[in-house]
Amino acid sequence: MPSLAATSPPNKNIAEELAKKQREIAVSEFFERNRQVLGYDSPTKALITAVKEGVENALDACEEADVLPELLVEIRKNSDTEFTVAIEDNGPGIVKKQVPLVFAKLLYGSRFFALRATRGQQGLGISGAIMYGQITTGKPAVIRSKTANDDVAYQIQLRIDTRKNKPDIVKEEFVSWERVSGTRVEIALKGRYIGGKQSVPEYIKSTAIVNPHARITYRPPEGEPVLFERATEELPRKTVEIKPHPYGIELGTLLSMAKETESIRVSSFLQGDFSRISPRVAKEICEIALVPGEMKPKNLTLDQAKAILEAVKKVKIMAPESDCLSPIGERLIKRGMKNVLGNMRPEFYAPPLTREPAVYSGHPFQVEVGIVFGGDLPADQPIEVLRFANRVPLLYQAGACAATQAVANVDWRRYGLEQRGGQGLPYGPAIVLVHVASVKVPYTSEAKEALAAIPEMLEELELALKESGRRLKTHLNKKERKAKTREKFDIVQKVLPQIAAKSAAVVGKKVPSLDGTITKIMGVVWVESKTEFTAGIHHVTVEMHNFTPAGKKFNLHVLLPRGATLAKAEPKPYEVKEDGKVSWELKRIGSVERETVVFEVAGLDKDELDDPELFASGISPELVIGAEPLPGDWDLNYHEFESEEEAPKAEEPEGEVDYDEAEEALPDD
Amino acid sequence: MTKKKAAATPGASKGSLKAVDELYDIASEIYDQLKDGQIPKMVLPLRTKGNIRFDTRSQVWKYGALKGARTAKKLRGALMLLRTMYVLEFIKGMIDQNKSSTLREMYYISEGWDLAKFHAQDESNLLAEDLEIITECMREDFRLRPEESGASVIGNLTIEETTRNGENRRINCRDDVGDAGYTIPYNVEKEKVRFRGHDAKFVMAIESGGMFDRLVENGFDEESKCILVHLKGQPSRSTRRLLKRLNEELKLPISTFTDCDPWSFRIHASVAYGAIKTAHISEYLATPTAEFVGITPSDIVNYEMPTDGLTPRDVGALHAEQTDPRFNDKFWKEEIETMLRLNKKAEQQGLAKYGLDYVTDTYLPEKLGELGIF
Repeated sequence: MPSLAATSPPNKNIAEELAKKQREIAVSEFFERNRQVLGYDSPTKALITAVKEGVENALDACEEADVLPELLVEIRKNSDTEFTVAIEDNGPGIVKKQVPLVFAKLLYGSRFFALRATRGQQGLGISGAIMYGQITTGKPAVIRSKTANDDVAYQIQLRIDTRKNKPDIVKEEFVSWERVSGTRVEIALKGRYIGGKQSVPEYIKSTAIVNPHARITYRPPEGEPVLFERATEELPRKTVEIKPHPYGIELGTLLSMAKETESIRVSSFLQGDFSRISPRVAKEICEIALVPGEMKPKNLTLDQAKAILEAVKKVKIMAPESDCLSPIGERLIKRGMKNVLGNMRPEFYAPPLTREPAVYSGHPFQVEVGIVFGGDLPADQPIEVLRFANRVPLLYQAGACAATQAVANVDWRRYGLEQRGGQGLPYGPAIVLVHVASVKVPYTSEAKEALAAIPEMLEELELALKESGRRLKTHLNKKERKAKTREKFDIVQKVLPQIAAKSAAVVGKKVPSLDGTITKIMGVVWVESKTEFTAGIHHVTVEMHNFTPAGKKFNLHVLLPRGATLAKAEPKPYEVKEDGKVSWELKRIGSVERETVVFEVAGLDKDELDDPELFASGISPELVIGAEPLPGDWDLNYHEFESEEEAPKAEEPEGEVDYDEAEEALPDD
Repeated sequence: MTKKKAAATPGASKGSLKAVDELYDIASEIYDQLKDGQIPKMVLPLRTKGNIRFDTRSQVWKYGALKGARTAKKLRGALMLLRTMYVLEFIKGMIDQNKSSTLREMYYISEGWDLAKFHAQDESNLLAEDLEIITECMREDFRLRPEESGASVIGNLTIEETTRNGENRRINCRDDVGDAGYTIPYNVEKEKVRFRGHDAKFVMAIESGGMFDRLVENGFDEESKCILVHLKGQPSRSTRRLLKRLNEELKLPISTFTDCDPWSFRIHASVAYGAIKTAHISEYLATPTAEFVGITPSDIVNYEMPTDGLTPRDVGALHAEQTDPRFNDKFWKEEIETMLRLNKKAEQQGLAKYGLDYVTDTYLPEKLGELGIF
C-alpha cells in the first residue's frame, strides 16, 4: 500500500492512516452458511442487524477521528417486504481506493487484530448487510464517502462477488455533497419493520442512551422523524490498544504469535508481545516451563507452548491495565438515561454505578449499572432490563444473558421491588441498565447476542446491581419518611390551626398558641434545601426547623459531587475536605426555632445539584428528616461499604387503638 | 358559643338544652388540650363487634370497655376533629334557630367546610353517632334526622300524633289509613307519638313489601288480631323504637318474619339485640324478647321451599355471623350451620309455591303456634 507523507494537517489524514491498518483476512462463503449467527435469519432481524452494523461502524469511525458523531438513520419502505436502510455519518470518510474494499470484503477492517474494546469486533459487519441485501433483492448497495481532502464525494454502486471475495463495482461517479466529510451507506434488503421491543426504534433509542455524545436522527418508514440530541460534548475516553494478557491466551494463538513475532528470543517475545510481563516475570515463566529463554520463538514446539501456558498460571502476573476500556461513566449514564427516558417521567434516577475494572481469563472488563424508577413507568409489569456490551445494545436472547441472570439472582425485595420468592425478574416501575465494557466481551454464541455467565462476570454484575439497589432503597426510604412527615406537616400547617380557631370560637376564648402541640406532633428537626442555578453557580439554602420540644445542637454536612468547588458559605464551615465533604457546626436551635445555612457551588452542570446530599451528625437520626446520618466510616470509600441495609425504623409505639382505623368486617346497617 | 342556657329559644326541648351543654364541653376539652400544648384527642368506646357485650340487666347488647382514640397525630384523626368542631357549631346554630336538618343535608352543608368536608354520607352519620355516645344525647336532640322513612303500620292500633303545626291528630292504623298503612315519623317519642288503644295480641314485623301486602290482603291482621309492621329492609331507628315501645308499653310480643339469608338475620338482630353501630342506645331500640319466626334454614328443608344458591358474599356474611356475639346461641348456631351445609337461601314469598293463602292458612299459624304466640 502506498504510504502518504503526513504533510497535511493531522485529521485530514486520518482516513489515510486507517487505510494503512486495514489488513485482509479471507473467508466469504462463510456468510452464506452462517446467516443465523450473523443475524440475518429472519427479515425482521435482518433489518435490525443491517441498521446495527451501519450505526456501530459510524460511531466507531467518528470516535476514532475525535469527531462528535452525528448520525442519520433512514428506513424507506419500497414494498411490503422490501426496505432501504440508509446510514449517514459525519466521520472522516473513507479514501476512494478503500471504499470497495472496506464494504465488500468480509472480515476486512482495521479492528481485527488489536485487542481493543470497540464495537464491531469481527469486522464482518457492514459487508454482511450488503451481502444479505444483494442476495434478497439483487440490488447493489450505494455507498458515498467524502474525506476532508476531497472537493466532491465518491459514490459507487457495489456488489460482492461471493466466490472470489472481491468487490464488484457496478457504477461509480463523483457527486457534490454539502458535508465536509462523512460516509453514507444505502442497502436495499428484504425485511420486516415492527415496533415495540426488539425493533429498530428500540435499538436506536438504546444506542442513544449509552452514547450520549452522539446526535442521532431517525427517519422511520412512516411517521415523523425522531431526533436524539446529544447530552454531552465529551467524547468517550479513547481506548488504548493493549497487548494480550497471558492469562487469556489460547494455545493456537500463542503458537501463531510465536511464529510471527519479531523477537529473536522467547524471553523478549514474552515481554514484548504480551502485556504485564516484566523481565523478571518472563524469566520465571521460562524457568517453570523448562523452556530456555534464549531459544527462537518460532522453534517452540507444541509441548513447550503448553508448558508455557501452564507456567503462566503459576506465576504472579499483574492484572491488565484498564485504559483499554471505555466505560460510559456515572455522570454520563445518568445524562444519557435522562435524555432518552425523560419523557417517561421517571421519578428517580438512582446514582449510576461504575465498578472498578475486574478481570476474567486475563481480559479486563468493567460493569456499569443505572436504575430509573417510578413516575409514569408501568408498575404492574416485570422491570425492563436494558443490556449493553461495549456501548452496543443487546436486543435478543435476554433469557440466556448473564445480565438477566444476575438481575434474577438478586433479591430485590429488600430494595423495594416485588419479587416472588426473591428470584426471577422483579416487578415494579423500574428500568435497569447494565453495561459491560471489555476488550473481549464473553458472549454465549457467535451471534454476540447474550453475555456468557462467567463467574467473575456474574459476581461483578450482582455486586453492581445490589449497590444500585441499595441506592434505590435509600431513596425510597427517604421518600417514605418524607411522605409521612409531609402528612404531619399538613396537619400542623393546615388542619390544626383551624381546629384551634373553631374550638376557640365555640368556647368564646382566645385562639391558643400551637407551638407545644406542633412539636409534639412533628417531633423532628425538619431540614429542607432549595437550590437556584444562575450564571453557572448553584445557590443553595438549607433551612433547619426545630419541631422538637427541646433545643437541639448538631452538625450539618453536605457532600458535593466531583468537580464542584465551594465558592461561598454562610456561616463558615469548620471543615472543607478534598472529597467534597463540607461540614458546619451549628449553634443551638431552640424549640420551634429555625436556622439557615447558605452556600454557593461552582463547576457543576445545572442538574447535578438537584438534590444535595445532606447529613446530620451529633443528633439521633430519628429526630431528623431531610438529612441522613453520617456514615461512621466516612473516610473509607463509601462505595466499598457493603453493609446490610439498616434495621427498619421502629414504628412509634401507639398506646391506643386508632378509633378511625378500627373497621367492621361487614357493614352493620 | 358561650355557656349560657339557651332559654331564649322557643321549642328547645330538654334534650336539646342538654345537648348544647355537652357539645360545649367537647369543644372546651379540645381547646384546653391545645392550650396545654397537648395533641388534641377524643377517646371513644370502640364500635366493633369485638367490643359489644351483653348486659344482663337490660338484656341488650352494649359497648364494652375497649376504647379507641381519635388524635390529631394522624391526618385522618385531625380532620375528624376538625369536622367535629364544625358539626358542633352547626348543631348549636340549628338549636338556636329552632331548625332541624337531615343527615344528608348536613353532609351537603359540609361542602362549604373546606378541609372539613365529609367525603361520604357514612362519615357524617358516624360522626353524629360519635356525638351521641359522648354526650349521651340522641341525635334528635341535635336536631338531626335520618333520610329513611319509617315503617308502615296496619292493624287495629290507634295513634295520637302531634303534627308539625302543633295539632294532636288521632289515627287508627286500619280504618283511617290506605292500603299502604300508617307511616311512622322519624321521631316516635312520647312527645310526638302516643298509643291510644288497640285490640292486638301481638306484633309482626315483616321484611318485604310483597309479604306485607299479602298479609294485608289476606286480612291476617284482623283474623289473628295482630299489628303488621313493614320494616322496609334494615329497620330505621324510629321503627325499632316503635317496636320497643309497643312491646314495653302495650306488653305486646314482637315477632319478625323475614327472608332466609344472612342479611335478613341481621335485620332480626337489630330489632332484637341491637345494632353494633348503635349499641350505645340499644336500651331504647332493641326488643330482646322479639322472636324470629322465619324463614329459617330448617323451614327450607321442612317446607321444601324454592331456593337460590348462596353467593360468596352470603357465605362470608354467614361466617362473620358465626363470630358475632349476638348470634352466639344454640338456635342461631345450629341454623347457620344448617344453612352453610344446604348452601341455599330462600325468600319468604317463596311460600306462594303452595298457593297465595298458604302463608296465612298454614305456615304462620304453625310457626307462631310453636313459639306460643298464637
